[in-house]
Amino acid sequence: MKRQQLVVIGNGMAGARAVEEVLARGGGEQFDITMFGEEPYGNYNRILLSNVLSGLQDPQDIYLNPLAWYKENGIRLHTDARIDKVSRPGKRVRVAKTGEITPYDKLLIATGSRSFIPPIAGLTLPDGSLKPGAYGFRTIDDCHNIIGQARRSRRAVVIGGGLLGLEAARGLVNHGCEVHVVHLAAHLMEQQLDSPGGAILKTVIEKMGIQIHLQKSTTAVLGDDRVTGLAFKDGTTLDCDLLVISAGIKPNAELGVRSGLTVERAIVVDDHMRSVDDMSIYVVGECAQHRGRVYGLVAPLWEQAKVFADHLTGRKPDAAYHGSKLATKLKVMGVELASMGLTEPKEERDEIIQFTEPRRGTYKKLIVRDGRLIGGILMGDISKAAYLMQAFDRDSPLPDERLSLLFDLGTPSQKVTLDEMPAASQICNCNGVSKAAIGACVAAGQRTAKSVMEKTRAGMGCGSCKSLVAELVAWFCGGAVDEDPSIHYYVPGIPLTKPELIKVIRERQLKSVSSVFEALCDGREDAASKPALASLLIILWSGDYEDERDARFINDRVHGNIQKDGTFSVIPEMPGGVCTPAQLIRIGEVAAKHKVPLVKLTGGQRIDLVGVPKDQLPAIWRDIGMPAGYAWAKSYRTCKSCIGSDYCRFGLGDSMALAGKIEKRFRGIDSPGKLKLATAGCPRNCSEALVKDVGAVAVEGGKWEIYVGGAAGSHVRKGDLLCTVDTHDEVLLYAGRFMQWYRENAKYKERTYTFVQRLGIERVRAVIVEDSDGIAAALDQAMQESVDATKDPWLEAHALKTPNQFAALIRAAGE
Amino acid sequence: MRREHAVCALAQIPPGEGRSFDIGGHKVAIFRTRSCEVFALQANCPHRGGPLADGLVGGTTVVCPLHERAFDLRTGTGLGHEDSLKSYGVRLSPTNTIVIAID
Repeated sequence: MKRQQLVVIGNGMAGARAVEEVLARGGGEQFDITMFGEEPYGNYNRILLSNVLSGLQDPQDIYLNPLAWYKENGIRLHTDARIDKVSRPGKRVRVAKTGEITPYDKLLIATGSRSFIPPIAGLTLPDGSLKPGAYGFRTIDDCHNIIGQARRSRRAVVIGGGLLGLEAARGLVNHGCEVHVVHLAAHLMEQQLDSPGGAILKTVIEKMGIQIHLQKSTTAVLGDDRVTGLAFKDGTTLDCDLLVISAGIKPNAELGVRSGLTVERAIVVDDHMRSVDDMSIYVVGECAQHRGRVYGLVAPLWEQAKVFADHLTGRKPDAAYHGSKLATKLKVMGVELASMGLTEPKEERDEIIQFTEPRRGTYKKLIVRDGRLIGGILMGDISKAAYLMQAFDRDSPLPDERLSLLFDLGTPSQKVTLDEMPAASQICNCNGVSKAAIGACVAAGQRTAKSVMEKTRAGMGCGSCKSLVAELVAWFCGGAVDEDPSIHYYVPGIPLTKPELIKVIRERQLKSVSSVFEALCDGREDAASKPALASLLIILWSGDYEDERDARFINDRVHGNIQKDGTFSVIPEMPGGVCTPAQLIRIGEVAAKHKVPLVKLTGGQRIDLVGVPKDQLPAIWRDIGMPAGYAWAKSYRTCKSCIGSDYCRFGLGDSMALAGKIEKRFRGIDSPGKLKLATAGCPRNCSEALVKDVGAVAVEGGKWEIYVGGAAGSHVRKGDLLCTVDTHDEVLLYAGRFMQWYRENAKYKERTYTFVQRLGIERVRAVIVEDSDGIAAALDQAMQESVDATKDPWLEAHALKTPNQFAALIRAAGE
Repeated sequence: MRREHAVCALAQIPPGEGRSFDIGGHKVAIFRTRSCEVFALQANCPHRGGPLADGLVGGTTVVCPLHERAFDLRTGTGLGHEDSLKSYGVRLSPTNTIVIAID
């Protein structure tokens, strides 16, 4: 059968994508394909132009289909070839520049859109071109021109505070000029956001140094032969030497008009994406108007391309496009945003669920009608976006518990989420790739995220789903035989399990983290492995460990817990929550003297001075004069206690004294994970000793029960009974022996609740109590050495360990 | 305008660590690796403003102390994510003073 001629006008994302869909349906056998592109380049991802403008990506990186792709698929590509005429009776198109004529059997118009140039006085020259200094923001050429001008500019103005305009502004900031955004509407991104959302976004953007002018109508562009400023309706002016117009898009529909097709805002199509006037002409993308709507996002475009290809190739002669529900996930200037459907309620019965936290730039709003989601905005935290966008798209009923729509309550692990995710759920909203499609690709032999993305195109649109795709690929590969051995390594950079690594470290007498890297990986350091190695070396060498501070997390370099704003917390030792009146007064006086922003009782029965800048730490420690409470470290933390037998009328054992002895002995002992302890004077367990890493509970008869492996944090587990003993000293002995065994055998960051559960309490009891392995004496001795080697780190207030150890911000010498 | 600033002696930054500096109003994190290379980046993580000078340095990578975002010390490029940092030119004077170029 003779092949038909398919001619495609437009080599942008829509045209190329439509052709890909045709090829995917075997259309290469049915059609000879010729494409005409107006730009002198191949086909690129317009969504990423803002990254090119900001310098994050090279123009080379945003090309979608290399020239080789056209060749391999037998497509004739004509670049720099604008079509100015379609002769429908003769079924031919003509290239404007050369007059070349190409016949077609089927024609696809995918000419896209261009920047809308608002009618502002002085914006254009008499010949219709933009005044020098003013640019649209739509093509690679626009990007190049803007970058060239930005380098010479002092002040740039972007007209338009929509998504593209803000992206342009972000790009301009990176080029060092002062940037202003002038916006006609009352808030930013009014297509996607409501007024409070727009206000929060404005605050976030202004913090980046961009000035925003709202409700500002530009009446004139100043300057005789190039842009020198803008004049506004309110009589004010703003000087500038670079102007970017981003006031929306205008469909490139002129070709349709000239060809006698029905054009309203764009070329009008039916549900098969065909012109309503001509059975041989299809239209997709931003130049198409379907049921009165013109779409400017990629997801609808992909759907249209599929319908077009199904219909054209006859794969599904009844393929029909029914319009798209607009939901989009994007990143504006580093702010993550998801938006779907309505931004404001329309009817009285519409229900609004809303959460605002302006200081952190978090805003969530959902509009629900009859139990179904009809609109939503998520800003700052979009962790629920995937679920909500799916519920929106499918019109599926929402759970009655509305709070769970905005927040993850409880802690379902990632794995459960991937497990539970239905096969049909859409992972890549740009390219419409489902979980099942990713699974099929893995099953077909692709084993890396990269190759799966290349095959399925998942993650190749806006890129925001890449990490989810990678997780899914790992998940689908999960049960396979070729298990990654590195999961058993103690640290990722060194291919040894913990026992193997310990053996090598002991044999070769490696006592510092840098010597481990030197000896075992040719000196190649790995940042994430450093603290894990430091922890292990401290446990193995106690006093002989060679402390290199760069190997430790910041908390362990300055002996406080870093807070979200970069300040630290100060928690002095307070065994069993007991202190003297003099100590209490002193803590209060120190907090007042140093203007500590927050004084808080901790969950570990201690007093926390929160929000202390790094450079104030030494002075506060000196003034308090109490030892460190180690509240920052992976180490022994604290021992809680109830009031015990001294005063409590139910008390059976002296839990306060025991807590004091425990803290005095084990304070500062480093370990793979935190060690939180408690002692309870009776089985009522007011100090919650049953859910601690190690807990001691007094029972009738003067005895103590020792529990290990308990937890009551993100994970809740009742500790297992290790043994019952008669004295405080025995509690110290078995608790210490257990902790030492845990120190030597647990994985880094593995808490005792996992460790004990992994090995089983019977095994733990055999080693610790019955000495089945004959290592009890060695464990006791190693623990004693660690106890002896521990020094109060807050003494570094008097003798710094490294230069500028506590400096928060150092003024440069020459300033 | 590009200007060079003599910031401090190399010895003011311990090997493998970073420190935050105020250089004529610019907040800059300067790092000295264990192999004695020196790098300068914007001081705060674009994610949540974490103090990068307090991060862990390994090879030519720094990891933010707040949420473990990694960056390439040489270029400021994000590793495994899309944020990136401004990076500054650095040289050592003959007397081992760290000199930073700021535009």
